[in-house]
Amino acid sequence: MKSESKLEKILEAGHFAFTGELGPPRGANAEHVREKAKPLIGNVDMVNITDNQTAMVRMASWAAALIAIEEGLEPNYQMVCRDRNRLAMQADILGAYALGIKNMLCLSGDHQKFGDHPTAKGVFDIDSMQLVNMVKTMRDEGKFLGGADIDIPPKLFIGAAANPFAEPFEWRVHRLAKKVAAGADFIQTQCVFNMKKMREWIRRAVDMGLTEKTYILAGVTPMKSVGMAKYMASKVPGMDVPDEVIKRLQGAEKGKVADMGIEIACEQIQEFKEMKGVAGVHLMAIEWEHKVPEIAERAKVLPRPVV
Amino acid sequence: MIVAERKPFEEIKELVKAYKKVLVAGCGTCVAVCLTGGEKEVDILKTELDMARRMENNPVELRGHTIERQCDREYLEAFDSMVGDFDAILSMACGAGIQFLAERFPQIPVLPAVNTTFIGVNQGIGWYEERCRSCSNCVLGDTGGICPVTMCAKGLYNGPCGGTNKGNCEISSDQPCAWFMIYERLEKQGRLDCITRFTPAQNWENQVPRTLIQPGYKKPEKQ
Ligand code: SF4
Ligand code: SF4
Repeated sequence: MKSESKLEKILEAGHFAFTGELGPPRGANAEHVREKAKPLIGNVDMVNITDNQTAMVRMASWAAALIAIEEGLEPNYQMVCRDRNRLAMQADILGAYALGIKNMLCLSGDHQKFGDHPTAKGVFDIDSMQLVNMVKTMRDEGKFLGGADIDIPPKLFIGAAANPFAEPFEWRVHRLAKKVAAGADFIQTQCVFNMKKMREWIRRAVDMGLTEKTYILAGVTPMKSVGMAKYMASKVPGMDVPDEVIKRLQGAEKGKVADMGIEIACEQIQEFKEMKGVAGVHLMAIEWEHKVPEIAERAKVLPRPVV
Repeated sequence: MIVAERKPFEEIKELVKAYKKVLVAGCGTCVAVCLTGGEKEVDILKTELDMARRMENNPVELRGHTIERQCDREYLEAFDSMVGDFDAILSMACGAGIQFLAERFPQIPVLPAVNTTFIGVNQGIGWYEERCRSCSNCVLGDTGGICPVTMCAKGLYNGPCGGTNKGNCEISSDQPCAWFMIYERLEKQGRLDCITRFTPAQNWENQVPRTLIQPGYKKPEKQ
């Protein structure tokens, strides 16, 4: 074991992992975090705590992660490169681990231009690949990026993101290889809607032996409405929503669109369970945490393994 | 070259409002090429200021003078005999030129008439684009001659990020994704190995004022 993560134990034991997501509030509302945490307890193995997502200021991800721990969840502490330099990052990583956080996800972060402080200075002192490598060096060599020794290194399970759909498609698997070489223990992908492309990407990852070196969790997002699907298709950079998904949602009976969204998500999860090279699913039910028990139930991923 | 943009007229007017005798100092190199601070622009600014101050019943005595380069002592000398007649200098050079002027004449307020914007290229008349952030550690050899520090909105060394959008950057469909371009160019050159390697964290050297002394030269002793 590289870390003390429950997710690592589950994956090592060969179980199909199922993880969730929780966005911290735009304020110091701890109760809000607890509310969102409730439906996730017992239904997911780990919950991603987003870090100023879409470049909007929110409660710090480490703080919301600690509240999640109090509620009985295992958090995945997300950290973006946009908001802090290497000193702040390493300090936060040590603090997070000291207080019981065992997993982290290393991300570039959406450009500050998208958020509520568009004229902020984007830090990007290091990039997400370099962050992965920094955490690995801290953990495995017990050294800071600057080379000095760490008194009690953080034994974190290191995650990174991958987008199988961005152009050029040919490059995607090589970029994955680079992240794995940099030290990513697990990968959570961008929301998958285009299953055809996903199958091809995974096939290439398997062929390159990457799935032997890292655990890939496929990102699944249930669509709540036709509007959401169209928005994601046209407005969200890096998202690939095929027309047939939109058509299926449009074809749903009145009042049953969200149900169709969940249906599609469950079919995907079903297929991922069988797909060689996929070690689990990361469910991003955006502002839909209360639906997670139902989705987990319908996707037949319950009960969650106890390790 | 260094590209600058003239400050809004109102801001310039405000900067010099307390002064009665102003020397407008142009620079004949980069800022002249980018049509911001050369001889012609000095004349235009002088005329505008003159008219505006007359309208306000607060006339100002103006003189324009453009030298080859404000970032070079050799040329700055030309101002030595002139500055005594003025109570402020309004410089249209880049930030470096303005500072060199201010350093030479510390007794007189030296004010900027331009915003220094970037190191860039001339894409067409009046059209300039940024290309370099002078990071002190050029990686163009590995990135197909496309600067990841400048051209990628996040300055990524191991791009692209997940937001790359059909060849464009996540920030705008008018902004090409630097890492998409880097990939395309290296692929055509058969040099993709340059970016399959992990690039470690950079040593940022542009955090303190930098000095360059070419081999064979040395800094003169302090007097
Ligand atoms: S890497 Fe980019 S910023 Fe750095 S010197 Fe080269 S062109 Fe300039
Ligand atoms: S989309 Fe491309 S250019 Fe824009 S931030 Fe990401 S990697 Fe950089």
